Amino acid sequence: MKPAAFAYLAPRDLDEALDQLAEHGADARVLAGGQSLVRLMNARLASPAVVVDINRVGGLDALSLVNGSGPARLRLGATVRQRTSELSPDVAAHAPLLAEAGTHVAHAPVRSRGTVVGSVAFADPSAELPTALLALDGRVVARSRSGERTIEADDFFTGPFTNALRDDELAVAVEVPVTAARTGHAFVEVSRRHGDLPVCGVAAVVSRGDDGTLGRVRIALCGADERPVRARAAEDALTGTDGGADAVAAAAARASDGLFPLADCHGSADFRRRLARVLTGRALRTAIDRAAIDRAGEAGNA
Amino acid sequence: MPDKVRVQLTVNDTPHDLLVEPRTLLADLLRGELELTGTHVGCEQGVCGACTVLVDGTATRSCLVFAAQLDGAAVRTVESLAGADGTLHPLQQAFHENHGLQCGFCTPGMLMGACELLERTAAPEPDDVREALGGNLCRCTGYQNIVKSVCAAGVAMTAEKNGAQA
Repeated sequence: MKPAAFAYLAPRDLDEALDQLAEHGADARVLAGGQSLVRLMNARLASPAVVVDINRVGGLDALSLVNGSGPARLRLGATVRQRTSELSPDVAAHAPLLAEAGTHVAHAPVRSRGTVVGSVAFADPSAELPTALLALDGRVVARSRSGERTIEADDFFTGPFTNALRDDELAVAVEVPVTAARTGHAFVEVSRRHGDLPVCGVAAVVSRGDDGTLGRVRIALCGADERPVRARAAEDALTGTDGGADAVAAAAARASDGLFPLADCHGSADFRRRLARVLTGRALRTAIDRAAIDRAGEAGNA
Repeated sequence: MPDKVRVQLTVNDTPHDLLVEPRTLLADLLRGELELTGTHVGCEQGVCGACTVLVDGTATRSCLVFAAQLDGAAVRTVESLAGADGTLHPLQQAFHENHGLQCGFCTPGMLMGACELLERTAAPEPDDVREALGGNLCRCTGYQNIVKSVCAAGVAMTAEKNGAQA
């Protein structure tokens, strides 16, 4: 099928883009990479009257370290391509989970155009990058004519394919705190074919405290509920432990607590609950191993 | 009907100055307006890879890009590969020699995806080819001969380059 007719706007700067979003509101859709939006428009699952193409807005393609108030953050602008993020030395050094999750998204030609912020804003409950943002305690920076606000990832995903942005707001960037010392991460998923959306996926980040126990644990799931979700019962079960095999098994067993997975041709709800537990175990083991390697590396440098 | 959009772009080094409907996909511009029907349209949702072309050197799904977005861009399609006298590009020659196609529907996408890979990696290993073309579906060949073809083209093109330098 072909898209329905629409008016095409290509603002040259942010103010112009925000004016257009304010004017057209819910009738407008933002076009960044277009790898989800154009697909939906081709299938006429989306027929916006106005498309605001932000690719010519200056400054949105910046991928940078921000040292403002609070801890240092990595900031990815709205037109930073997934492929750019995946290959960025800054992302590898400061948010390696984002790079690892990124390699699971579709295929290189799609990632070359698709954007990180676009995938987050699209809020597909099965997608990898929103889940990585959750596990990284990330946030979305939203701008409108009335100003800027930040929305924590925990508050951003409000349902399937829906987010906390207002119609007049543009997600101008996502930010993640730079990875702390003695931190390990992992992203694992089960998908039917390489590049497909996962049936279920898990992003895990663990940090060891000064006493060697796991002081901070983040586990986020995709394909496991109507939106990307944290597995808080599993996080709580692992926090404060030594991260040994028994502790991981106990935590993984809690990973499906409270989940309401969708059921479709790729798997029943029960299958997805089981995947959530099994994959959480795998992700945690890898993340904990990597935290230990990080720690050994520090000792080696000392 | 919304206003048409002016787009100046080059396709296979030929400049075009066009007025396009905003909803015109690059794939349909190439096939319908410019009569470059070498680019094939399969799924129209970015899954099959048949419509892959190079936009400013990057392998791109031409079914997931509007022509209106490409003001100032340089597009290369499968028609750019063979010489004016019909001499096959080394990639095409390698597909021919290694039985890299059967029905040929997916081949334009395979060739353009492989083009991008060979720009980056002169003599790719089979796994590099699988990674680069993982999003291109072929229902005939079973892929083995496609991988073989791209690797063979890499070897041939490297040898040619070294020969030219010697």
